[in-house]
Amino acid sequence: MLKGHQTWVFESKPTIIASAAVGGPYEAKGNLAADFDLLHGDIRLGQDSYEKAEQKLQEQACETAIKKAKMKKEDVQFLFSGDLINQIVPSSFSARTLSVPYLGLYGACSTSMEGLSLASLLIDSKFAQNALVCASSHNAASEKQYRYPTEYGSQKPPTAQWTVTGAGAALVAAQGEGPRVTASTIGRVIDMGLTDPFNMGAAMAPAAVDTIEAHFRDLERDPSYYDLIATGDLGRVGHRIAGDLLKKHGLNLPEEIFTDCGVLIYKEDQSVVLAGGSGCGCCAVTTFGHFLNRMRKGELRKILVIATGALLSPMSYQQKESIPCIAHAVSIEI
Amino acid sequence: MSSKKKKKLSPTQQEYQKFAQEREPKRPILLNCVKAFFVGGLICTFGQALQMFFVQYFHFSQEGAANPAVAILIMITVLLTGFGVFDHIAQFAGAGTVIPITGFANTIASAAIEHQTEGYVLGVGGNMFKLAGPVIVYGIFSAFVVSIVVVTLRALGVM
Amino acid sequence: MEKFIWAFIIGGLICVIGQLLLDGLKLTPAHTTCTLVVVGAILGGLGLYDPLVKFAGAGASVPISSFGNSLVKGALKEFEASGPIGVFTGIFQITSAGISSAIIFGFLGALIFKPKG
Repeated sequence: MLKGHQTWVFESKPTIIASAAVGGPYEAKGNLAADFDLLHGDIRLGQDSYEKAEQKLQEQACETAIKKAKMKKEDVQFLFSGDLINQIVPSSFSARTLSVPYLGLYGACSTSMEGLSLASLLIDSKFAQNALVCASSHNAASEKQYRYPTEYGSQKPPTAQWTVTGAGAALVAAQGEGPRVTASTIGRVIDMGLTDPFNMGAAMAPAAVDTIEAHFRDLERDPSYYDLIATGDLGRVGHRIAGDLLKKHGLNLPEEIFTDCGVLIYKEDQSVVLAGGSGCGCCAVTTFGHFLNRMRKGELRKILVIATGALLSPMSYQQKESIPCIAHAVSIEI
Repeated sequence: MSSKKKKKLSPTQQEYQKFAQEREPKRPILLNCVKAFFVGGLICTFGQALQMFFVQYFHFSQEGAANPAVAILIMITVLLTGFGVFDHIAQFAGAGTVIPITGFANTIASAAIEHQTEGYVLGVGGNMFKLAGPVIVYGIFSAFVVSIVVVTLRALGVM
Repeated sequence: MEKFIWAFIIGGLICVIGQLLLDGLKLTPAHTTCTLVVVGAILGGLGLYDPLVKFAGAGASVPISSFGNSLVKGALKEFEASGPIGVFTGIFQITSAGISSAIIFGFLGALIFKPKG
């Protein structure tokens, strides 16, 4: 049911009965390598192109999640998935392989929580018994499309981020054991007039702040309700800005529980990542891999994940448009 | 230009942008200039050595020797780009690799190599000048304008 | 020996100007190189770039600014020889080695290499 202005509370608390995370070479060397189901040393996954590799990442994440739930492809009723590539081709082509009724999504890097919100809505409103959510990104495919050819020699500034090569999938169901999705706050598009595509963190931080404030306002909750509050991919720069901005607005998120997937996923010495990880895959693999594993082990009981997306395109940037952003928050409890 | 952009922003947006700028790591401009100076200087010195080599052993004129020297620099750049090394050098050197002819060669090589997956005609052929195009277009157009101006001034007896 | 020192210094300084455009004015590499090419063309038209090349050798002929200078030189030389149409026909004359090699080697590179990501 609707609570407040933009939050859905899922009375039946749909359960994430299985989840999977698949990653690439940089993720294998990162902090969360142990929480991946599959890690690849070859950025092309043996495929002919980066785009086909991203499709393979999605297929593997989805198939692994389905197997872990001891189900078959035919048992899955609906698929929500998305990615960063033009016309969300990796998601559509992966959906072709999976043969599940498919709803393609584009929320840039907020896609994972957008998908989880919609899947939970579908199940809570009894329009499905189960639904699969998947979001992916691929470093080389994104660089090729949004910025420069991967072998191009340009000097990235310290605010730039590194797109995660990975896919995360979660199978949500009306019945079963596992962490449960309890509420979801849908974000609105926020644009603070920033224009630098090499500084996504600063562009996305206001959207994260807006959604976080809406979440606590709608549910009349206090941040202390949660063991962990994680933004999707603000990176070191955006995360700091968001924390300070929230403090300025009077909402104090304790540092021990406020973190960011883009900051967690890579190690300090992986210098190419600069300000941290980004991409749909970033929030997806960190949440559906690392965070859910911690919940299953009993280390976390209530988490809030706020996936953040920058809704620009290479053309909008060339047409001197600024970068509008969005953030969706989902609360998961066990 | 930037003040024109700022005027279109609301006070909240302007305030936020200032807030964000204070919390951003600044680009290490001085360090980047030093690195660019050294790498750029080295590339030009190597180019100078090549030119002198062609003058000495292949009897090119001083001016003519620039041609094979540039061709060799371009070939080396293509190799380094193909081996996946050039982008790492460039992250370090910044303008030191962008400004010499190596930058131009890298734009063409990287785009050509990247778009193989779309085929050799539309992919490689169609995308090769994606990043090099501006330099060629603006080089030619500005040379055209400058030539017209020079020729006119000469005819008027000013130059 | 002296030639090497000046090639190093002048080449390095032109790159520093480029770095200031990149980091100071926050221009993209494409905008930066275009600016330097146009500046090279203007200096070439004023007859100021050739003396720099004589003095610094590769320090002035390797940076992209010399591309602008060579285009202007080619156009003006052909204008002297064959009149106004020379501005169009002569433009590529001096720079053709650079452009041809870039296209030829670039294409060969695409045949041989796969991007590493």
